[in-house]
Amino acid sequence: MMILRETGGVQWVGMTLAFLLAAGLGGTGDLGATTMLLLLAVVMLGILPQARKGWALLLAIAASLGGAGHALLPFAASSLPVWAAVVAIWLGAWMLVAQLAEQPRLPGSLGRVQGLLAPLAFGATLLWLWEVTVRALDVPRVILPAPSLIWERILRSTDVLWVDFVQTFVKGALSGYAIGVGAAFLFALLVDRSDFLRRGLLPVGNFLAALPIIGTAPIMVMWFGFDWPSKAAVVVAMVFFPVLVNTVQGLAATDAMQRDLMRTYSASWGQSLIKLRLPAAMPFIFNGLKIASTLALIGAIVAEFFGSPTRGMGFRISTEVGRLQLDMVWAEIAVAALAGSLFYGVIALVERGVTFWHPSQRGR
Amino acid sequence: MRNVLPVLTVTACLIALWYAAVVPMNQQWAQDQARRAGQDLSFSALVADTMSQQRPRLPAPHQVAQELWNSTVVEEMTGRRGFMNTGSLSNRSLIYHGWVTLSATLLGFAIGSALGIALAVGIVHNRAMDASVMPWAIASQTIPILAIAPMIIVVLNAVGITGLIPKAIISTYLSFFPVVVGMVKGLRAPDQMQLDLMKTYSASGGQVFAKLRWPSAMPYLFASLKVAIAAALVGAIVAELPTGAVAGLGARLLSGSYYGQTVQIWSALFAAAILAASMVALIGLIQRVTLKRMGMAA
Repeated sequence: MMILRETGGVQWVGMTLAFLLAAGLGGTGDLGATTMLLLLAVVMLGILPQARKGWALLLAIAASLGGAGHALLPFAASSLPVWAAVVAIWLGAWMLVAQLAEQPRLPGSLGRVQGLLAPLAFGATLLWLWEVTVRALDVPRVILPAPSLIWERILRSTDVLWVDFVQTFVKGALSGYAIGVGAAFLFALLVDRSDFLRRGLLPVGNFLAALPIIGTAPIMVMWFGFDWPSKAAVVVAMVFFPVLVNTVQGLAATDAMQRDLMRTYSASWGQSLIKLRLPAAMPFIFNGLKIASTLALIGAIVAEFFGSPTRGMGFRISTEVGRLQLDMVWAEIAVAALAGSLFYGVIALVERGVTFWHPSQRGR
Repeated sequence: MRNVLPVLTVTACLIALWYAAVVPMNQQWAQDQARRAGQDLSFSALVADTMSQQRPRLPAPHQVAQELWNSTVVEEMTGRRGFMNTGSLSNRSLIYHGWVTLSATLLGFAIGSALGIALAVGIVHNRAMDASVMPWAIASQTIPILAIAPMIIVVLNAVGITGLIPKAIISTYLSFFPVVVGMVKGLRAPDQMQLDLMKTYSASGGQVFAKLRWPSAMPYLFASLKVAIAAALVGAIVAELPTGAVAGLGARLLSGSYYGQTVQIWSALFAAAILAASMVALIGLIQRVTLKRMGMAA
């Protein structure tokens, strides 16, 4: 019973039981010889105590699990042995993730790569579960297409996806983001000069930031037409208030001692802004920029539901849903998710460079 | 309370700006009408006309307020299908549409915050969940869920799930994330000294949770609940767009944009704003009462 106290031990026991069940109920005919062999390998490797598992062993477990999962796919059907094997692989992956998380941290940039391993394994497991469930239950593709179908669709229609991406992300979201952030920043500098204005604008701005601003999309489409300017306008309205509120808050973040020091240097308003208050405001500003980055893409896509030229991600999603081409819809979603994550990631990277001195960025 | 005067000033300025924008936004149509009638439009007549058009590009504030009043109180009191005449809410009143949206919002918010709290508890107590779930919770928010709301609605309709649930699912998805982030921060707020004290009492894991972690997470919980309910409302509104504009504030927005009824769009927008503001205020009230009873009032 020692194994139960190990990290991932409970999962190992469950996996072994599920494997035995799968082997007892079915055979190589139901599950394939490769699947059975690789699963057996995972069971054997998994019994070793955590302390003796090095990177090589964990890698071997991961490879065997991946191989078993891949080999099971052609046999996917809604039968008991298959489901038992699915449960075994799922528990095995869980065990792997738990043990990856417990590995001692490697130094330097290897440690950063290591931090990605557990979430990657988790994501791969989710994708695989999606694929195998869709195949086993024979889910119609108008309800939920399998990830492999979506991937094929992405490869087949890169040109359409690219045109949509340029229309919605580059023209709509990015230009709106730049204008909105720039305007909010300039306005914040203006507001910052008057304490009265700041006290009045912060509550109102906070209130407006919480409102469903996305609802202005039909109005913007009416004002600026169907093409990308109306989408950019929606994005401007959506990103303006979060950035404004955060910047104003950030500019007020210096304490009296620091400002007094600047005054003893007889620094002008511009000098104390550039040398003291802007750097101190950066963590707040980047907080606003990050919130705004996810809002921007959403705003651009949703605005297209209210009218758009015959291209753009929102247009494609709404028309392909109507034509029940769900794989195309998921392809657009994948592109949107990727673009959104990259956008966020770029801003987070810039933040790390600019606010390296802040406690939340140190010690990583 | 010292903020009242500045806030009122800023609000007054915004309304004044709005009035000022009405004239140039609507003057095109007014001048076209006058030219067609062969009249010369004086400035005062122009202003009067731009303030009272049927389908203005930008309705004046008082028009929106009027429409809000008409489509709530007047419609229910005197309308043919109003509450006074039929005993049920009129499908032309914003109270009915607001209620449709609100019920989906509240259901989604309840599920979302429960899910968020459960995930946060798991993340704080389990290293594997911390390492594997948290990055995906963050990644899940970069997927523009609002953008795929139509597909989710259509697919769920195809499987036979209709009505409240699909909208609530979108709201859930949007509202769980702020709660997870806030609660993970909150449950980790107790410092080492306090945890050590619990250990000297030989408190069990459950006791540490109930007596230390949970109470100290309360301020964080309420802060994130405010964000979550605003997000849930946005989710419910967007989820109503693809259902063919039947009911709800989102449907009012869509039908308003189909028929060029700008005043209707603006009044639906303001109804949504009032709804959001009052729900955030309600949570703020609960927060104040709870924290006061826990002895944590600021």
